[in-house]
Amino acid sequence: MADQPLWEVFVRARRGLSHVHVGSLHAADAEHALRNARDLYTRRQEGVSVWVVPAASISASAPEDKDAFFDPAEDKVYRHPTFYPVPEGVEHL
Amino acid sequence: MTDPGTDEAHQRRFDAMITAEERIEPRDWMPDAYRRTLIRQIAQHAHSEIIGMQPEGNWITRAPSLRRKAVLIAKVQDEAGHGLYLYSAAETLGVGRDELLDLLHQGRQRYSSIFNYPTVTWADVGAIGWLVDGAAITNQVPLCRCSYGPYARAMVRICKEESFHQRQGFDILYTLARGTDAQRRMAQESVDRWYWPSLMMFGPPDSESTHSEQSMAWNIKRFSNDELRQRFVDMIVPQAEALGLTLPDPALKWSAERGHYDFGTPDWDEFMQVLKGNGPCNRQRLEHRRTAHEEGAWVREAARAHAAKSRARQRAAA
Ligand SMILES: [Fe+2]
Ligand SMILES: [Fe+2]
Repeated sequence: MADQPLWEVFVRARRGLSHVHVGSLHAADAEHALRNARDLYTRRQEGVSVWVVPAASISASAPEDKDAFFDPAEDKVYRHPTFYPVPEGVEHL
Repeated sequence: MTDPGTDEAHQRRFDAMITAEERIEPRDWMPDAYRRTLIRQIAQHAHSEIIGMQPEGNWITRAPSLRRKAVLIAKVQDEAGHGLYLYSAAETLGVGRDELLDLLHQGRQRYSSIFNYPTVTWADVGAIGWLVDGAAITNQVPLCRCSYGPYARAMVRICKEESFHQRQGFDILYTLARGTDAQRRMAQESVDRWYWPSLMMFGPPDSESTHSEQSMAWNIKRFSNDELRQRFVDMIVPQAEALGLTLPDPALKWSAERGHYDFGTPDWDEFMQVLKGNGPCNRQRLEHRRTAHEEGAWVREAARAHAAKSRARQRAAA
């Protein structure tokens, strides 16, 4: 199915929610992919909006450099509110 | 990748993730044997879903009412969907969908033996939903916690849809069991036909199961064949009572001591025969699948031609 490329499918379950990855499928073009995605992933009204993206167009971080790649955030606990002590009695902070 | 030091580190990391009940995701390093096991299992599972459309598809044109027909079409369409979720999960392991279909068509990968039995009456559609989908659910619920992420996620979707399958089957039998004598008899005969094959769906007894131990260690399989079979029997006995039908197993009785139902031994010789290709419908199922694939070639061809044409149109317009 080299000429029916792989598409990744993202579905928005309800208004107010983001699109979430649900799986993939093969289709000849985007329109065909959207129709297949509707039949495959929203048979029970699971979505109000569908995105299809050619799998080949996705760039991803490599799991091997997981540590190095996400390291910079590891020692910056001061980015979280819980890092800061709040004096007794202070509210809404 | 071939540096032994690196592989060792990878293996350690993989083992630690498995121990910590973390999920393995497609781009993670994984042992070759883990990948091969998953491809084999997910492919076999996907093939079962699409071959499984045949025994029931056989009754779509003869369903006894418009409602039953609509329900059956929806059910069979779900099974096609299950197949596609699973092929999609298998593809994340680096194998192509067309490759897997070829292996199925060449008889080099299996599908569940249960689908090599014929559906001779309408009641069989009920018995399949209740017993076959019921057994599938028992098998599949633990797979929702399988260590391979895409497989586990596919199973979550599938399990949600399977409960409808089981209920509509039960509903068919419940209606027949409360119908005329002939309908009641038809329901009972169907349960008599499907009970033993559905027990076989959990695979050979633990003492003879070849893949189980490693799959358990990898958190692919969570419970042994015999444990799942027991769970299934415990589930269906009270349901059969509610149906007012009996299960064709003289050894079936409650064991207060074990807190489970005792039950008989399936005919494992029959199981082996069906597995080897000598079941009632093996040849017919595969033949039908190949023909369907070949006869669908023009549809795939048309989709490709249409896509090429609209690409050319877009280029011309630009
Ligand atoms: Fe299914
Ligand atoms: Fe099903």
